[in-house]
Amino acid sequence: MDFTDTPEDAEFRAEVRGWLTANAEEKKPGAIYKAKYGEAALIPLSQEWQTKKFKAGFSGITTPLEYGGRGGTQIQQAIYDQEEVNFLVPRHIGSGIPLVIPTLLVYAKEEDKKQFIPEILRSDKLWCQLFSEPSAGSDLGGIRTRSERDGDDWVINGQKIWTSNAQHADLAILVTRSDPDAEKHKGLTYFYVDMKSPGIEVRPIKQISGMANFNEVFLTDVRIPDSQRLGEEGEGWRVAITTLMNERVSSGARPAPDFEDIFGLARDLEIEDGPAIANAAVREKLAHWYIQARGVDLTRMRTLTAMSRGQTPGPENSISKLVSAFKRQEIALFGMDLMDMGGGLMSRETTPMRAVFQEAALEAPSGRIAAGTDEILRNIIGERVLGLPREVRVDKDKPFRDLPTGV
Amino acid sequence: MNFDFSDDQRMLRDQAQKFLTDQSPPRVVRDVLEDSAKAYDEKLWGEMAALGWMGTAIPEEYGGAGLCPEDLCVLAEELGRSLAPTPFSSSVYLATEALLLAGSEDQKQKYLPDLAMGETIGCFALAEGVGVPTPKNISVTASNGALSGVKEPVADGDVANFVVVLARSGAADERGMSLYLVDLDGVDRESVETIDPTRSHARLTFNGTSAELLGAEGEGWDLVQKIIDRAAVYFAFEQVGGAQASLDMAVDYAKNRFAFGRPIGSYQAIKHKLADMYIATELARSNAYYGAWAITTGAPDVSVAAAAARVAASEAFNHAARENIQTHGGMGFTWEFDCHMYYRRAKILSLNLGGERRWKDRLISQLEARNAA
Repeated sequence: MDFTDTPEDAEFRAEVRGWLTANAEEKKPGAIYKAKYGEAALIPLSQEWQTKKFKAGFSGITTPLEYGGRGGTQIQQAIYDQEEVNFLVPRHIGSGIPLVIPTLLVYAKEEDKKQFIPEILRSDKLWCQLFSEPSAGSDLGGIRTRSERDGDDWVINGQKIWTSNAQHADLAILVTRSDPDAEKHKGLTYFYVDMKSPGIEVRPIKQISGMANFNEVFLTDVRIPDSQRLGEEGEGWRVAITTLMNERVSSGARPAPDFEDIFGLARDLEIEDGPAIANAAVREKLAHWYIQARGVDLTRMRTLTAMSRGQTPGPENSISKLVSAFKRQEIALFGMDLMDMGGGLMSRETTPMRAVFQEAALEAPSGRIAAGTDEILRNIIGERVLGLPREVRVDKDKPFRDLPTGV
Repeated sequence: MNFDFSDDQRMLRDQAQKFLTDQSPPRVVRDVLEDSAKAYDEKLWGEMAALGWMGTAIPEEYGGAGLCPEDLCVLAEELGRSLAPTPFSSSVYLATEALLLAGSEDQKQKYLPDLAMGETIGCFALAEGVGVPTPKNISVTASNGALSGVKEPVADGDVANFVVVLARSGAADERGMSLYLVDLDGVDRESVETIDPTRSHARLTFNGTSAELLGAEGEGWDLVQKIIDRAAVYFAFEQVGGAQASLDMAVDYAKNRFAFGRPIGSYQAIKHKLADMYIATELARSNAYYGAWAITTGAPDVSVAAAAARVAASEAFNHAARENIQTHGGMGFTWEFDCHMYYRRAKILSLNLGGERRWKDRLISQLEARNAA
């Protein structure tokens, strides 16, 4: 085992660090909890930062050169990510880089790749993902939004939900049902669509936290030219799988509060018998969270090692989100418990660490549901890693329109 | 960056796995479990010795193979997977490491070549019955080169040739603790029953027994910390191997056992249980890998790495062994099925170097120390 960089990687790391130091502010110890996730004010900051990165060749490190990327390696991307977490920079907004680019690379026409990919890398255009529906979340194959062919166009009618950034997005990727008479996974067709098209209406969903990070998107007689189809008619499921495979390769950033935050709180906070960290019950929990946080980080390094040998990251990456999202909720709620009678206070000015525990407690339930629920991820591990048999399926080999739908 | 074992190490793992599948199948483990006269499998021990495993991390000048701790970790994982009923952990991870760390040149010359050949077996005596051994309560005393008092349980104390003993040589504090080497010929020793008869344990009674200092007088407590840090990583690999074996066994059963017309592994209640066993095992494996790297390179955070590996591996193996029984239903708690051999081993391994609770406390102490530095 060897954690040192190869000479080429060391050179790349030095270049990255030099550039970040010159262009961004380094994080001080005692981390700063920035503007809330999804705040519209972050968008221009994010776009400005992405454009800067693009010019320096750090946006789309693994994207091929002909589409504006660097044509670099996964290890280089990992090195960039490892260095960037030490700086205060706005994150990329929307589905463009993580989901849309990998899908376009496989299924888009050459001129579309040449146009859209550099736009995404610069964040000139924001993309969102129109996948989930009110009656099709974990069971994405059950979507009902209809697409019907009309000359050179398709006409779309239906409703999507849980769409992050729909209100800001210029474009979207969209899965629709083109053939309700086919078996459920065989009647889907995949498009990209201009979010300014007539017939698209976006309504925010207010969450537990009071924030509105997600939206409902209503599509009424939306016309999409057939030239915006990705993949063949009826092949939409396969295209969607390409998109979703990339959802699981996470960047490694762990949203606060994580181990470091609860460790810091426990050291700072006095409870009845001294600093919280001296209490045995607190120490037990801290130790468990440490081995989980560290275990997830180290598992990612094992994945990177496998990738550097040319292996494709597989379903085992489901571990990372599953463990981290649940841990975050537990840490947030326990942090409040340590604050005892005042633990419910939400003032950013007076509550420890700018109320990150309280805010995260209200936000954390969504983390265990978005991008694959805890339960779906356990199914993926059980079936695709351990090779256990699938649940009995009652929706196989039947036309979609004959499936029971419930209420 | 390369956070995985090397090609050579993976070849070593494949060879070890094949050897132990042949030489240490569950039947061999069960023989030791069921035959109270059998403390360990001597034939298996002899064949492991012929492969030179005990000398893996012993330098060539003392008759070993001169490989690195990572190589020994590779073997540890396979020994854990196969539940190999031998005194390997006592002799190699503890007694040998103690000599490498603190032995004088004469002591190394005297013991290491025979340890490397598997011709001498060493063991390590810290516990004194129920409770946490601390400088305040260690009651085995040393005076004028002779030990008095009782150590129990001592893993492999009934079969070893010599023992490394922590004893009180001065005040009842850290500076009053010293390590000693004691030849076990003529020492009053008695096998004791534990929850895992596939690993033998003994009560050693010293009665003015002549003993030789290992390391300087008063350094015993510090040395023990260093010894168990390193041993914690080797134990963690055994535990990861055992957790993986428990998981494999449960997955296999869940695919083949039918209830209500389908394999029980198709029910989410079972599938999700197995997914959780997998997750705990993988997180433990990753922490153990880092521990291996840390003890091999002498990383500054080796104590944090060792404690994290130990905590994660104890949690994983105890969890996997327990839920393996649950997955097997009624057959799981029979004597006839092998599930209990993993369950027993999981618990005894997590106690041998100090329990889960204490290692969690130690991990946080190490993190506090690192943070203060």
